[in-house]
Amino acid sequence: MKLTVKIKRYNPEKDTAPHWQSYEVPAEPLDSALALLLHIKWHIDGTLTFRKSCAHGICGSDAMQINGENKLACSILVQDIVKGDGDTITFAPLPGSPVIKDLVIDQTRFFEKYRAVMPWLINNTPPPEKERIQSPEDFDLIEDATKCIMCGACTHSCPSTWADPDYLGPAAMLKAYRYTLDTRDEGSDERLGVVDSKEGLWKCYTIFNCVQACPKEIDITRWLSALKRKSVTARL
Amino acid sequence: MIFSHDVVIVGAGGAGLMAALYAKEGGADVAVVSKLHPLRSHTGAAQGGIGAALGNEEEDNWLWHTFDTVKGSDYLGDQDAIEIMCKDAPRTIIELEHYGVPFSRNKQGKISQRRFGGHTRNFGEAAVRRACHAADRTGHAIMHTLYDQCTRQGVRFYDEYQVLDLIMTPDGACNGAVAYEILTGEVHTFHSKIVCMATGGYGRAFKTTSNAHAGTGDGLAMVLRNGLPLEDMEFVQFHPTGLYRLGILITEGARGEGGILRNNDGERFMERYAPTVKDLAPRDLVSQCMYKEIRAGRGINGKEHLYLDMTHVGEEVLLKKLPEITIFSRTYMGVDPITEPIPVAPTCHYAMGGIPTNFNSQVETGNREAIVPGLYAAGECACVSVHGANRLGTNSLLDLVVFGRRAGMAMAQEIEERRRERKLPLPDAPEKRTRDMLEAILSRTEGEPVVNVRTDLQQSMMDNVSVFRNDETLSTAVADMEGLRQRARNVVVRDKGKAFNTELMDAVEIDFMVDYAEAIAAGAHHRTESRGAHSREDYDKRNDDEWLKHTIYQSDCEGNFEFSYKDVVITRFQPKERKY
Repeated sequence: MKLTVKIKRYNPEKDTAPHWQSYEVPAEPLDSALALLLHIKWHIDGTLTFRKSCAHGICGSDAMQINGENKLACSILVQDIVKGDGDTITFAPLPGSPVIKDLVIDQTRFFEKYRAVMPWLINNTPPPEKERIQSPEDFDLIEDATKCIMCGACTHSCPSTWADPDYLGPAAMLKAYRYTLDTRDEGSDERLGVVDSKEGLWKCYTIFNCVQACPKEIDITRWLSALKRKSVTARL
Repeated sequence: MIFSHDVVIVGAGGAGLMAALYAKEGGADVAVVSKLHPLRSHTGAAQGGIGAALGNEEEDNWLWHTFDTVKGSDYLGDQDAIEIMCKDAPRTIIELEHYGVPFSRNKQGKISQRRFGGHTRNFGEAAVRRACHAADRTGHAIMHTLYDQCTRQGVRFYDEYQVLDLIMTPDGACNGAVAYEILTGEVHTFHSKIVCMATGGYGRAFKTTSNAHAGTGDGLAMVLRNGLPLEDMEFVQFHPTGLYRLGILITEGARGEGGILRNNDGERFMERYAPTVKDLAPRDLVSQCMYKEIRAGRGINGKEHLYLDMTHVGEEVLLKKLPEITIFSRTYMGVDPITEPIPVAPTCHYAMGGIPTNFNSQVETGNREAIVPGLYAAGECACVSVHGANRLGTNSLLDLVVFGRRAGMAMAQEIEERRRERKLPLPDAPEKRTRDMLEAILSRTEGEPVVNVRTDLQQSMMDNVSVFRNDETLSTAVADMEGLRQRARNVVVRDKGKAFNTELMDAVEIDFMVDYAEAIAAGAHHRTESRGAHSREDYDKRNDDEWLKHTIYQSDCEGNFEFSYKDVVITRFQPKERKY
């Protein structure tokens, strides 16, 4: 089939504002959306710019807005987004961060928020000779959150983040959850000091956009709610 | 600009991050320079496990692991280095656990371990549970934890800076690197006492690969262009179970959990080739057997693939222990492994060869005595050699962490010893060669696009230098390189801008690819025997009398190359016929 691929383009060296550009692209139902972009870049227009790497949903490079929803371009197939020949697919950069060029956004703020939550295991007790013991049930508490690939699809789908650029957002707070609920971690006081704040957990209004956007199907809102409970208990 | 650091690490996958973490903890000022954001590196795609004789599930022993690795390497691996790796493995895994890696757990709350290809108890008796894992996202779990720890330690990251050249002194020491800042199009000099290459693999030189788009082996070409050699480049691993046509990896852990390969007759054909370990034979053997089945007309419905049957393994195991590959099969093939077999075929997966290093990850000039001052290498781009002619599953993550760690500690120690020294002075205009190269590409207005050259290179490598090779295919591949080199040097890019010009980097990468693809093809042509992953139809036996040695390849990157050799280190295990 042939598809119309409409892309929101912006070249900082030439454009004053973004504009839409359309391409006619041959496609098969099992092609990924990324394959359409690669076809354009390689065969039609080498100036088209986007990030990509693993091409199977684990590196997190190619989160973008596809037909209005935040997706990983490599993890969604043509057959999932169009009905048939002649249909249109639109690509735009993730909303809520400055655009560098075409579909590439500036992730500086996104990773500043990640660093703010102390995203590492804090444990000052000298470790045992062997591994620290963790039951399968305790591992289950954090496993879903450890699937996060930091693609940014969630944070850039969150109305609270759009409204308040200082809000930590779901990706950073999920990382805070992943370490705070890790039974090996002793840093919950320090970490909760960051996330139990007006720019943290309490600006999550359980809108669930993040859950819908997450390409790894992580139940983000559930874990943030658990972190809210943990922070309330910690205050008592 | 000139950036100045004690240590510059090129690449931010498992080896780069491990080296950075241990060098930083050892007191060095460390910069990690990577063409991708570190979390986008391909270590994150490693699925099934990391090998270590922890003995959490059943009796195990580092010596058994050593033997399996030596045998898996078809006796080409250096046994002193393999012994270090297997002995270091348990301690290193425990350190990773203490850093916070979220490993899956067994009932006792210890790190869970499962079976993997070629890993056995008691020197080949039966499969053993040795692969520590985080479901089937082990590389992801390790790499994210390492990045978290490097962030904690204040490692300086230069994200999306693509290193394009090394800086060498007239005496042959390395004291820096030249990088292109993708965001701005500026060229920068990194001036350092030490450079550590951790640039990963080159799967993208082949048409069908499990490797990321970024896996273009840049570091190998940079080394060659600075007059340094590469070792054992002819050994390229094809993983048996890539998703048909796409090449996306389906972990060997799937067979470790009970999965079975079947041909068009429904037969479990590996029973015929490897009666003891069957589907858990090493990858070189399984990939070769799969092609034999396909060539004998037993591919599924006459097509060039077979089936990986997981249907008897059960929903619970698939969803709990193999969730990622279950999703990959559903997403990309429309196949649900719970109820249907998965169409699979071998896919280019891993480089056994690379930059020769000693077991402190220092780069060697080709013979064992001489090192290149100031230059280290670790991970897939390096060749210690612990994998020899064929790597066992779970040993790549292990190689990354063990030798990344050793690189980090050795670099910290060297920096400490050289604390009072100044950095060796930079040559005049260290960036000139890089600027000239970029300017030549940008100013060209006539020529063919990168994709044409890359597609032809990938096709030639796939047709001529994949699982089975012979004089005819290899001669063709070597001859192809000359034309491809000229074409790669004359590609035209449409994007002439400075901001995030990824097309320009594509053009640089295809030029790099030709240089090491030539090493692979020429090395395979030169080695007239079959060993491990290097399977010659015209020389179908291993020939220890003539070829129990490493090949050292040097090239002027103008089509003139030569080979020399390095002895294999044999300590405990004399070469024997390899049977599984």
